[in-house]
Amino acid sequence: MRKLRALWMRLRGMFAGAAAEDELSAELESHLQMHIEGNLRAGMTAEEARRQALIQLGGFEQSKQAYRERRGLPWLETLGQDLRFGMRVLRKSPGFTTIAVLTLALGIGANTTIFSIVNAVLLNPLPFPRAEQLVVLHERKPNFDHGSISYPNFLDWRQDNHTFSSMATSRGYYFSLTGAGPAEQLDGQFMTSDFFETLQVKPMLGRTFTRAEEQPGAAPVVLISQGLWQRKFGSSPDVLGKGISLEGRAYTIVGVIPASFHFSGGILPSRDVYMPMGQWANPSLTDRASGMGMRGIARLKPGVTIEQANADMERMTRDLELAYPAADKGIGAKLVPLKEQMVGDVRPFLLVLLVAVGLVLLIACVNVASLMLARSTGRMREFAVRTALGASRKRVIRQLLTESLLIAAAAGVLGLGLSVAGTHAGLKLLPEALPRGEEIGMDLHVLLFTMTVSLLAGVVFGWMPALKTSQADPQSALKEGGRGMSGIRHRAQSIFVAAEMALALVLLIGAGLMLRSLTRLWNVDPGFDPHQVLTFGYTLPPPLLHSSPDAVRAAYREFEERLTATPGVRAVSQSWGSLPMSDEDDEDMFWMAGQLKPADDSGMNWALTYVVGPNYLKLMKIPLRRGRFFNAHDDIRSPMVAVIDDAFAHKFFPNEDPIGKRIVLKSGAREVEIVGVVGHVKQWGLDTDDTYPLRAELYSPWMQAQDSFVQRAPSGISAVVQFNGSAANSSAAIRRAIGQMSNEQIIYDMQTMESLISDSLAQERFVMILLGTFAAVALLLASVGIYGVIAYVAGQRTQEIGVRMALGAQRTDVVRMVLLEGMRPALFGIVAGAVAAAGLTHFLMKMLYGVSPTDPLIFSGLALMLALVAVAACYLPARRAASVEPMQALRSE
Amino acid sequence: MGEKADVWQGTLALMVLKTLETMGAQHGYGIARRIEQVSDNQLSLNYGTLYPALLKLEQEGAIASEWGVSENNRKAKFYKLTRAGRKQLEREAKGWEQTTAIVARFLSPAEEA
Repeated sequence: MRKLRALWMRLRGMFAGAAAEDELSAELESHLQMHIEGNLRAGMTAEEARRQALIQLGGFEQSKQAYRERRGLPWLETLGQDLRFGMRVLRKSPGFTTIAVLTLALGIGANTTIFSIVNAVLLNPLPFPRAEQLVVLHERKPNFDHGSISYPNFLDWRQDNHTFSSMATSRGYYFSLTGAGPAEQLDGQFMTSDFFETLQVKPMLGRTFTRAEEQPGAAPVVLISQGLWQRKFGSSPDVLGKGISLEGRAYTIVGVIPASFHFSGGILPSRDVYMPMGQWANPSLTDRASGMGMRGIARLKPGVTIEQANADMERMTRDLELAYPAADKGIGAKLVPLKEQMVGDVRPFLLVLLVAVGLVLLIACVNVASLMLARSTGRMREFAVRTALGASRKRVIRQLLTESLLIAAAAGVLGLGLSVAGTHAGLKLLPEALPRGEEIGMDLHVLLFTMTVSLLAGVVFGWMPALKTSQADPQSALKEGGRGMSGIRHRAQSIFVAAEMALALVLLIGAGLMLRSLTRLWNVDPGFDPHQVLTFGYTLPPPLLHSSPDAVRAAYREFEERLTATPGVRAVSQSWGSLPMSDEDDEDMFWMAGQLKPADDSGMNWALTYVVGPNYLKLMKIPLRRGRFFNAHDDIRSPMVAVIDDAFAHKFFPNEDPIGKRIVLKSGAREVEIVGVVGHVKQWGLDTDDTYPLRAELYSPWMQAQDSFVQRAPSGISAVVQFNGSAANSSAAIRRAIGQMSNEQIIYDMQTMESLISDSLAQERFVMILLGTFAAVALLLASVGIYGVIAYVAGQRTQEIGVRMALGAQRTDVVRMVLLEGMRPALFGIVAGAVAAAGLTHFLMKMLYGVSPTDPLIFSGLALMLALVAVAACYLPARRAASVEPMQALRSE
Repeated sequence: MGEKADVWQGTLALMVLKTLETMGAQHGYGIARRIEQVSDNQLSLNYGTLYPALLKLEQEGAIASEWGVSENNRKAKFYKLTRAGRKQLEREAKGWEQTTAIVARFLSPAEEA
């Protein structure tokens, strides 16, 4: 309390004006007079009395100063002084200040940007209440660790578990919306009734589904998104109870889901419409052995750990295995925390970027530090004079640190601005693959981070120059005009050069490895030729979907014919089921004809299935190895045929000719004859396909598809088209042609196969571009830095060089001398950087494809390149130093 | 040097408070004189020590000041003890007595056995 009062009084004392000064003078004066009077009374002469009083009382001015220091808060006043002085100094050398601030702002801005991504994606909690309780449910089965769930299994899980407060499952679907303006394709999601309750997302209008509405055969109801509500219903509040027509069927709207419920990618995509699972008229829904592409979301009961939940799931899946061995043998469950599911894949990428951008900032700091050190030479006299006048070393360091903190603060503000602008621009370039991208932005964490980073940067780059400068012995500094310090200074500069080279090399190697890995990936043969091929999804007009199978087949055939006749189109094929590199995959089980049907699914063989037309092989340029591919005569009336790929042949017919062999497909129990073998296509992506457990591929002709399959109009029906000329022209022509067929005919997601492949590498490319940018900035900063240092040191030695040359040194000797002086620390730094990189690139291991994290070519090549850059940066100042006229250099003293 | 000054400042504050308690309101010169006399001229105060100490006590609220006229008709600033100051004096005097008693016990050889 007492201290607080004193502090307050002193704060007020800082603003004490002239009146307070006068009062002090008056008080001291009266004290002196009284003392003199006392001395007079003691019998001294007037002169002696005054002398004695002054001796005893001490210096008038020192006393006043001691009093003033007590009156206010001297450290605060000094800070104010330092700040004012620092600003004046920085204003006086605008060139230095601009370069220092810009360099740092670049580093701080880049750090802020990457941190704001890390903050939004990795650190912030998901936008759901108590999101840490949310887990994603998968089924674990032989070919898939994170497989899709069978609906009957899910229903049992939901009923029998002890560890979840709620559980839901859902599955994406495309719907054609008709009867409300031009037909359009809507993204939809089938879900069980507790889906939004589990996430604790409340509809902004109306209600969610009841358990009764979830049953097959219940009256069709639908939840719509806020977006669709605005677009189609003008945000009218009386939308509840109205109907919309989806796939020719009327659904009653019961609620509106707010736009704040949205995710890009990941497991919970935002949709236009949501409907109860029972509305999905798919007979496989009740088949315990079918996965149906479902994923589950569940909320743990409060206090339940994921281990307890796993044990609970284990118990239930074992029970189901006993009850339904045919379908559930070997089937387990896999729980993944929702956040892990969403961001687990990108975590290593983002952490690598964070480290890389930190290194860039370090280089920026080193650059500014060496700039400050060089500049402080010019200020040697200034500090010597201050020291001579009584400034303590601490005081000088404080002054210099204040200056660096001012620079850092300015850079921080500028960096923050750059980052805000940069993040806005960068978000547009971000791959869709980056989850939670829409949550990226400024918040308190980011601001605190920027402030801390700026402060730290200020201390890091200000400390060494401040220490070195304040070490100066004022006497020699004044005497030698600043040259006495060069010894200490050179050592510091050498350390800077070495550090910059080392940091830059680490970044270059990181970027180099990613680039090499990406080129390797690009050069991987996907098994087909993506050039001049595009693909799109489509649905037939709704009325057709409910007609006879033959009518539907005829419609598909007509669609194909009309498309083939479109200008620019060379060949067309249906592509139902799996499509390479597209996330669309479909599987079937089979057994060898002539053998007994396996007792349960775990005894079955699996294959990826492609249901295509006769042109597919030709237009995708997949090589035919043996036998034949389909032709127009393979239709519903001819014998069932199939074509397999290399991987299939190798796995199931290792030592025999597969042609003529027969297998039985589980779906429909159809027996088919293998008539051909084609090359393997990388279904699962350029990098991951090799290690995927399920690689066997099976092609069937779409004209032999069963009635039930044709009639169900499966989601994920696509066409692939080989075109002439530009993709843009062809896709426009295709859209026109399809528009002329029927205004209820919808096509969507048109994409070239090339872009499909490049999208599959979006994340790697994103990291590579950023790492490459950071490495380029690092290289630039480092080469400017080393050039600056060497030029400065050589400049300082002009006179010495003059003397050497006057004594007979050749120009080449001088060049060699200056060059060596720069190259020694640079080479040391390069070696240190290579060692550090060898340790650090280990963390890149999982992101690299076909390149070792210590690839000798990358290491030696980039080290050599950096060394050459260093030579160039040293050579320019070396040549300038050697061109000095000895007489002129000596005269300039 | 900083540490010694602090100890000195602490003791000086105590002496100033005691002086004001004994003598009532008093100006700086009077305080200094009194301290010198009581210390049998072993202590000598200069402005640079006394006035910052007075200021500190005033900032902490232990004493208050007011301009007045001295016995010799000279304008002078008079300091007097506040209630808080009286309490502070009591507390610090007790503390000081305890400290010196303990230190004295350590230093006196007779107590050893």
